[in-house]
Amino acid sequence: MTAAVETGKTTTIHGDRVSLLRVLGPAHVWALGVGIVLVGEFTGWNFSADKGGALAALIVCWIVGLLYTSVAMIDSEVTSTVAAAGGQYAQAKHIVGPLMAFNVALFLVFAYTMLEVSDAILLGDTIVAKAGVEGLTHNSFIAATIVVLAWLNYRGVLMTLNVNFVITAIAYVSIVILFFSVSPWTQGAVLKLNELVTPGNALPYGWIGVIAAFQFGIWYYLGIEGTTQAAEEVRSPARSLPYGTMAGMITLLIAAAMTWYVCASMMPWEYLGITYYPLWDAGKLSGSPLLEELLFVATLLSALASANGCINDAARAWFSLGRDRYLPSWFSAVHPKYRTPYRSILFLLPIALAFAFIADLNQAITFSILSGVLQYTFMSINIMMFRKKWPLGTIRRGYTHPFHPLPAIVLFCLCVVTFFAIFLGFGSQLIAMTIFYFLISLWFHFYRYKFVRRGDQFTMPWPKPQGY
Amino acid sequence: MPRYTPPEQSKVGQIFDIAVVVVAIFVALWLPLKLGLAGAAKSIDALDTKTWDSLGQNATMASIWEKLGYTPETAHDVIRNHFHYIIDWPTLIIMAVVLIGYFVFLFRASDREYREVINEKFEDK
Repeated sequence: MTAAVETGKTTTIHGDRVSLLRVLGPAHVWALGVGIVLVGEFTGWNFSADKGGALAALIVCWIVGLLYTSVAMIDSEVTSTVAAAGGQYAQAKHIVGPLMAFNVALFLVFAYTMLEVSDAILLGDTIVAKAGVEGLTHNSFIAATIVVLAWLNYRGVLMTLNVNFVITAIAYVSIVILFFSVSPWTQGAVLKLNELVTPGNALPYGWIGVIAAFQFGIWYYLGIEGTTQAAEEVRSPARSLPYGTMAGMITLLIAAAMTWYVCASMMPWEYLGITYYPLWDAGKLSGSPLLEELLFVATLLSALASANGCINDAARAWFSLGRDRYLPSWFSAVHPKYRTPYRSILFLLPIALAFAFIADLNQAITFSILSGVLQYTFMSINIMMFRKKWPLGTIRRGYTHPFHPLPAIVLFCLCVVTFFAIFLGFGSQLIAMTIFYFLISLWFHFYRYKFVRRGDQFTMPWPKPQGY
Repeated sequence: MPRYTPPEQSKVGQIFDIAVVVVAIFVALWLPLKLGLAGAAKSIDALDTKTWDSLGQNATMASIWEKLGYTPETAHDVIRNHFHYIIDWPTLIIMAVVLIGYFVFLFRASDREYREVINEKFEDK
């Protein structure tokens, strides 16, 4: 039996210090970010059409794209400077303080675990819909997805993200193939946008519907910020993280635009707003059996890639909490052979399974969005504090984002709009979750924090922050 | 300033802390579902006459609904199921107060902890 002892940064096994492996490159960062998010094109974004109509879905695609471009720019600057597992958690710890870091880690764990749950439900539902067998339920498919992917994550990050790169690329290419197969340059043959989105139905609820659509517009891109979780496992964080994240964002903006154009041109908005499989449905409506099969497989692959990336990210955020003793240090162990945060992976497994069986897809997506928006609100304030405490030139940054503070202001304003959008549909849930975060913060601040070493939390080789 | 030495936590204490977090997570996520608080107000504005025309569907839309396996009768509940966006001001104010209060507490308490971290980290500099 291996004797493992956890210390601050590493696990010690028979006297040897074991840490996470630095084996990833920009392609893996892209695969992690796009892999988590691409499922949003296959399901989820279209619920914004339900909230406000087809045109509202397009408007939020662009505006929320702006929100996420701000997220990617801000994240690239901070993460290329604070390169540590936990991503935004490590940023909060060094820039705002321990309690904020604790909350941010919980945002991350909730956002990714609920996204993983949504992915597993989608995968199960898609298989059941395809099988069309009376009495067949999605339960076994959900359980198998979550368990097999957790095992893959347990076995090693390189294999996990290599798998993600391949299946994400296939899913992405399927959207491109669909787009060019339906003659996007010609209206009237396959695509009938003018007849489906008319002046009378483009915004059925008016502008309040556009605002309400923000809630699910987030789903076009939710999770791209997860690239930062790989900070301790990439060979060159200062180069790979900004490059992989920005490339991922560009990829997603193109995919989102193509997806909206094809889907809005092929089905009425009322149907588009309720279907769980807009791209698969587009494949069916194209009349090509090959496209139908391709989009079915791509829907499954996108769900798998997303769940896979989510397990990776949630586990690293939980692992970081254990490593800093914000939670029991038992979670901070690194597997002696596979060099993965295996206890965190195993701990989060039953939680994901439990919610996959008690929540439906819509609710799981909302849980994930809620935590995501709380996190983006933090990020907009975090970058302001980062620039104030360490102005340009005082520390070495891997990347400096332009137009500061405009991206932060845009991000903050769009977060406020999204909170209002969530209020229009899930206000009680937002209040319940915020109260939870408040109570758990009291628990941390007045009780749990006493187990945390103070000065050891600050690990970056930076000068003292200005104003302290 | 002397370095802070945290107490060692017993195994039982660690297990108890994990249990607290898990229970809190389940209560926060599961309770709104159990109490039926999750989900937006959507209701069907029923029509007596169920034709594609009365449902506001043109010929192209009708043909797509039919391709998807719908008839005017089965599509009625999908097409006429509408959101009714009503701003409930007391709930909105409560939500705003809770959110702002939460973030204010978070930043203020974090800053207090952060000063301890910085003081200890940079005590010799």
